[in-house]
Amino acid sequence: MIYFEHVTKTFGKKTVLDDLSLHIPKGKITFILGKSGEGKSVTIKHIMGLMKPTAGKIMVDGEDISLFDQHGLMAYRKKFGMLFQHAALFDSLSVCENVIFPLKEHGTMPLVEMHERVDEVLEMVGLPEIKQKFPNQLSIGEKKRVGLARALAMAPKIMLYDEPTTGMDPLVSEMIDELITEVNAGNPELTSIVISHDLKAALATAENIIMLYKGKVALTGIPDDFRHSHDAVVRQFFSGRVEGPMEFL
Amino acid sequence: MSSYIRNKSTLLFSVLGLRIIKGVSRFGAFLLFCWETVKHVFRRPYRFELIAQQIEFIGAQSLNIVIMTGFFTGAVFGLQLGGIFKIFSSEAMLGGATGKALTRELAPLMVAFLTAGRSGSAMTAEISTMNVTEQVDAMEAMAVEPLSYLAVPRLVASVIVFPLLTIIFIFIGVIGSYVIAVSLFDVDVGLFLDKIVWLVEPKDIRDGLIKSVIFSVIVAFIACHSGLHATGGAKGVGIATTNAVVTMLLMVLASDFLVTYLQVRW
Repeated sequence: MIYFEHVTKTFGKKTVLDDLSLHIPKGKITFILGKSGEGKSVTIKHIMGLMKPTAGKIMVDGEDISLFDQHGLMAYRKKFGMLFQHAALFDSLSVCENVIFPLKEHGTMPLVEMHERVDEVLEMVGLPEIKQKFPNQLSIGEKKRVGLARALAMAPKIMLYDEPTTGMDPLVSEMIDELITEVNAGNPELTSIVISHDLKAALATAENIIMLYKGKVALTGIPDDFRHSHDAVVRQFFSGRVEGPMEFL
Repeated sequence: MSSYIRNKSTLLFSVLGLRIIKGVSRFGAFLLFCWETVKHVFRRPYRFELIAQQIEFIGAQSLNIVIMTGFFTGAVFGLQLGGIFKIFSSEAMLGGATGKALTRELAPLMVAFLTAGRSGSAMTAEISTMNVTEQVDAMEAMAVEPLSYLAVPRLVASVIVFPLLTIIFIFIGVIGSYVIAVSLFDVDVGLFLDKIVWLVEPKDIRDGLIKSVIFSVIVAFIACHSGLHATGGAKGVGIATTNAVVTMLLMVLASDFLVTYLQVRW
């Protein structure tokens, strides 16, 4: 489905992705783990074509996306839904206008159906009554759920979640994790990629986990591979200890 | 010692060269941005609703300040010129002189300054806030081209609104000058208007409107470009907005000189 082949990304003198090669399988929930600054968000932005690699290539459905021009990238992005770390709702638009935004922009259905779809996805994330509110009237948890509703509105083939539970209370985190599982269960073709620090959620929700360290893959596999790993970096990350081989900058 | 001087001068030239390369590269990127935006003006989807919103924001909401500034500019100009014309007993020329100055220079320039300060800064602040809070990324992630959604409506609205505000400024400025001429310098109303018709030619109005269109393009491009390239949170928004306004004002003045030179020569 998604392949990174020897991808390097540098910002000035800093190398964030260092000859990174990885595979994300179709129709599964893949968690990408790693401590802050390991390039998880950069990885997700590369998948969407929001960033171009300094070297290497990224293959999605057999196509090298680094070769797309702007027009090709726009067409390519229609298959994605993305939940941003801070939801990235448009401040000047109401919840309803935010969720209907991608539907209107790519206008493939009548307005009545668009509103029905808005109701459907807001219901799905448990927020059916807040259509007329504005983002500044919502809690961070509500913003994330509205962001998820907006991402789901276009019925994407690939869902990207950029730290979906960061900064949220345990109950809302649990709810978002359940939503991710439900969304995938309802659509076996959907590929979900979750960037997260949340190990508990990763072990409970993921079908595939990739751990990044120093811009490379430290370990990839199913949750049990991580539970039983003897790799010192993986063990330190999972135990949350400061002492160990992992460097903190 | 000579090797020390040689090293120092090599370093100086290196730093200078690097700055020039950076400057040229930034300017090239800005020109590419302008070209891409212009291409999007003619591409679907045409965002009439957003253009109307921007016309309301840049135009209707700037109307009060343009009217007040226009009146006082005309009045002050009348006061200053009236004193000079009085020496030559030619106070009747006040209307013509004010009209000429307003149409050719003052109105387009003042409207550009006012709009850059009010709407240009707001455009940069809004877009840069969207940029640093990932709203622009979200737009791209939903396969919506930010240039088409954010820059094009502001550019088109500016090109429509600036000339209209300039015409209003001229009209109100002439009224300001008229009030001063009639009340303080006892100029005959008919003579005041007659001198305007005599001195202000259609060419003056055309040249002034050409300037206002050029200024509108400069303000919109710089505001949107600065906004879309802002980085670094709230501080970045502040820096982008300040830099954008300073650049807009300088570019408006520089282009004013260039356009005036061309208009005077040809």
